[in-house]
Amino acid sequence: MSHTILLDPTAELTPASRARAARPASLDGLTIGLLDISKARGNVFLDRIDALLTERGLTVKRYRKPTFTRVAPIALKQAISTECDMVIEGLAD
Amino acid sequence: MNALPDGLIVFAKRDCPTCVMVAPVLRDLAGRAELTVYSQDDPTFPEGVANVIDDSGLEQSFRQNIEIVPTLIRIEGGREIGRTYGWDRDDWRALSGSNTLGEGLPASRPGCGSKSLEPGVAEDLAFRFGPVRLAARQIEISDLEDAAESCFDRGWSDGLPVVPPTPARVLRMLQGTSRQPGEVIGLVPPDLVPCTVEKVAINAVLAGCKPEYLPVVLAAVEAALIDEFCMHGLLCTTMFGSPLVLVNGPIAKAIGMNSGVNALGQGNRANATIGRALQLVIRNVGGGKPGGIDRSTLGNPGKYTFCFAEDESDDLWEPLSVERGFAHGTSTVTLFPGEGVQGIVDQKSRSPESLARSFAACLRTVDHPKLAMAGDAMLVVSPDHCRVFFAAGWSKARLRLELEKLLLTPGRDLIVGAGGIDEGVPASLADSLVPKFRPGGLLIVRAGGKAGLFSAIIAGWAASGQTGSVPVSKEITP
Repeated sequence: MSHTILLDPTAELTPASRARAARPASLDGLTIGLLDISKARGNVFLDRIDALLTERGLTVKRYRKPTFTRVAPIALKQAISTECDMVIEGLAD
Repeated sequence: MNALPDGLIVFAKRDCPTCVMVAPVLRDLAGRAELTVYSQDDPTFPEGVANVIDDSGLEQSFRQNIEIVPTLIRIEGGREIGRTYGWDRDDWRALSGSNTLGEGLPASRPGCGSKSLEPGVAEDLAFRFGPVRLAARQIEISDLEDAAESCFDRGWSDGLPVVPPTPARVLRMLQGTSRQPGEVIGLVPPDLVPCTVEKVAINAVLAGCKPEYLPVVLAAVEAALIDEFCMHGLLCTTMFGSPLVLVNGPIAKAIGMNSGVNALGQGNRANATIGRALQLVIRNVGGGKPGGIDRSTLGNPGKYTFCFAEDESDDLWEPLSVERGFAHGTSTVTLFPGEGVQGIVDQKSRSPESLARSFAACLRTVDHPKLAMAGDAMLVVSPDHCRVFFAAGWSKARLRLELEKLLLTPGRDLIVGAGGIDEGVPASLADSLVPKFRPGGLLIVRAGGKAGLFSAIIAGWAASGQTGSVPVSKEITP
């Protein structure tokens, strides 16, 4: 695959590959979103996760993409990012 | 990369009618001498010549500095001893030593431009094969990504779109200065990172500058690094200020800067991108970002960009640069820690005395009407207001002198608590006449469109002077 080269305009004090968002040290007090992308049986997986997290006293919110074939609607992404501290997504069948 | 072999060398392309015309000559030459043809666009051209080298990557064309095709070169003992370009029968015969070459062809015909000089190609070849080595880290962006979006994602933007800094664009930008890319121009706050000409050029690309703006950007960055300007403090203050770049001298007109209609506003590429490039250097090289070291409570729109030229269309008033000790005709930048723009509306004064009183009344509001000797100010006088002073023979220096007198205030009116307002100067100044500005703290420049009896105040940082920031100037050099 071809690519474009860009020259770094910064002081190069951070790695060229962007780091993933930092993981929380603990889940205590966080709101966790569960995103069902509408793949078959994704709900079974997420129901179990929901039960396990709820057992531990964590706040869980459920979300669902209309279809796995397209990216999530903007309103759904905004809802998750404003209502949750982290999100777990069920990807495969 | 191999050097050219001995013998006759021809650079050609099928897309050139002159090259096509001389194809029989090349077949003829191939039978008489050691001939190597470098074909720029089609390794099957010219047909019937055995020794054709595919130069569609254009490396040899670049290295041999080919400008025109066909170009005929003679190499002996590894050295070039002659070169001709286009078709010139006498030259080709002399260089090849074949007196019967090209019978039946016209005596001469111009060639075509080399593919290595096509727009965009030349800079790319210079990046890959040229002598200028760029030191900046190369970041690969997949073609599945949008390069402009990648720049946002990596935090290189002030919030507006930036031009992706490709090597070709950066090399083109560097052609705007005679300075070497690796030259370190200083330590950029807040991280105090050594900043090279190359890094400034990359940020000038991001900002949307043309190469001919680069000397102005470099001077602006150098000025910002002068200790008296206190760039670190200006960045980290909770107050409003940010570097305003004022340009004086012939370069302003040469690069098309605006000192006229809407001079403090949008719409002129040089004004907009030079000020922005300085901000991006502070952000990207220095690491100064809002919410990080930049702690401004409210900021101001000039933190995207704030740059304009002084109106020097006549010599009725001295330009700011001359007042600050530079010779007439010298191009300079002056950095001022500017806040926003405060308009002065006076459509009735026709005498300099009345208009000066208006200016003074408005200038009192810098920082706070009861504060003094705190923030500097830049007074921007429009052409319609200038005419009032010109008609009465007032120089810029005279206006400043009159304003300084008008801005002396009895301390009892300014001290804390006076007028029922707790803010104010210390009570110890109650019996003094207090000047509004510190000595040298009022700068006067000319700018604006020819219609409108309005001028403007750009307030400075309330920590002006030796305790904070002093305006600085720097000559712009090529």
